[in-house]
Amino acid sequence: MRDYGAALASADTVSVADSSDVVSARQMVRTLAQRSGMSLVHQTKLVTAASELGRNMLVYGGGGVVRAATITEAERCGVYVEFEDRGPGIADIELALTDGWTSGSGMGLGLSGAKRLVDEFDISSGPDGTTVRILKWGR
Amino acid sequence: MTTDSKLPLLVETLTAQRDAFLSQWTRTVGEDLQGRLSLAELGRELGELYESILRALTGGDLDSHGENFAETRSLLIELSRNRARQGFTPTETARSVFSLKEVLEPTLTSDEKGAQQYLQFARLLDDLGLLTTEAYVRTREEIISAQAEQLLELSTPVVKLWDGVVGVPLVGTLDSARTQVVMEKLLQTLVDSDSTHAIIDITGVPTVDTQVAQHLLKTVVAARMMGAQCTISGIRPQIAQTIVALGIEFGDIPTNASLSDALRQALKEVAEDATEEIRGLL
Ligand SMILES: Nc1ncnc2c1ncn2[C@@H]1O[C@H](COP(=O)(O)OP(=O)(O)OP(=O)(O)O)[C@@H](O)[C@H]1O
Ligand SMILES: [Mg+2]
Repeated sequence: MRDYGAALASADTVSVADSSDVVSARQMVRTLAQRSGMSLVHQTKLVTAASELGRNMLVYGGGGVVRAATITEAERCGVYVEFEDRGPGIADIELALTDGWTSGSGMGLGLSGAKRLVDEFDISSGPDGTTVRILKWGR
Repeated sequence: MTTDSKLPLLVETLTAQRDAFLSQWTRTVGEDLQGRLSLAELGRELGELYESILRALTGGDLDSHGENFAETRSLLIELSRNRARQGFTPTETARSVFSLKEVLEPTLTSDEKGAQQYLQFARLLDDLGLLTTEAYVRTREEIISAQAEQLLELSTPVVKLWDGVVGVPLVGTLDSARTQVVMEKLLQTLVDSDSTHAIIDITGVPTVDTQVAQHLLKTVVAARMMGAQCTISGIRPQIAQTIVALGIEFGDIPTNASLSDALRQALKEVAEDATEEIRGLL
């Protein structure tokens, strides 16, 4: 995945500390998606991915920060979202990305499903926390 | 009168002119509240407060958090709670206390000794006024969380759609608390209305993620355990595509695009069940 960090200079931010914050993060992403002219299907996919990653951050990472910004290129427009937590990290990322694998009582589809719902997906994780970056183009 | 008070002059004045001060205080507050509280009730409230402040002042120190003012504090908390419930603003509530300053000012500030005691008393009233704001906010928070709970109840209506068919139109997000309420209501309504079919409509659910899906599945399983058939309706195209991409499978749970399709299907099945029952009897 390319580095879209620069776009975050003008990012919207939501701190996630409880489940109502996940709803706020979702709303922030939806607003940006609408603003960038994304189709309803793409909007819904992006918002759902944000919901999964936001909740993982809350449940397994003890909360964190969601930052989002629109990306404009010559031919296309998209939304970039970053989820950063300072939790224990994911020991085995490949395992975590396996459909149906959960360390808790979930469906084990959040992480792998979120990856399928967006165009670009990047995850880095260590003992200091986890950061997931996603991007979805408008069409 | 013997007193340990640090403000003997104040206590003396408050005692001597009790009636005049109290009626003026009541009038001032009454004007501020613009008749939304009867003067009689206000007079009683402020009278109690006046007496308790006077007793506390007579007792000695001026610490609003101290032992002396315990009674005053509980009266104020009760007053703020009532005002919060009656819809008065926190400012109006605090002003009820502050306005005693206005009432006393002309009498006390005419000489230096009085002015000094007035200032100390004014500071005490400021503290007491702030106390009402704290209590007010706490009460509002209680009211809001009670309303949120009620809303949770209200926003999960379970209705009998037809003979034998119960519908659950879900609106908003489906978290664990909500799922619990929906599930209980659904199961109870199935029993009460002697229904065999349940339709859970998710037209009003903006995001169906793995958590929502898991909660939906749990609800369906519970309904099935009661012997009811369960359908999920109102799956809009964008939601269908998202669910598929996420990898969620609803298994053998019937789904419908619209509530009316689901209802038509359920009615057909209810009719078939009835025919079979009749055949069984013959
Ligand atoms: N931010 C995170 N920090 C630590 N561990 C995580 C994080 N995100 C995911 N994980 C781990 O990866 C596993 C898989 O995540 P995934 O979202 O796919 O499934 P889930 O959250 O368990 O269930 P659900 O299907 O409800 O999302 C989790 O069970 C958890 O152990
Ligand atoms: Mg998850």
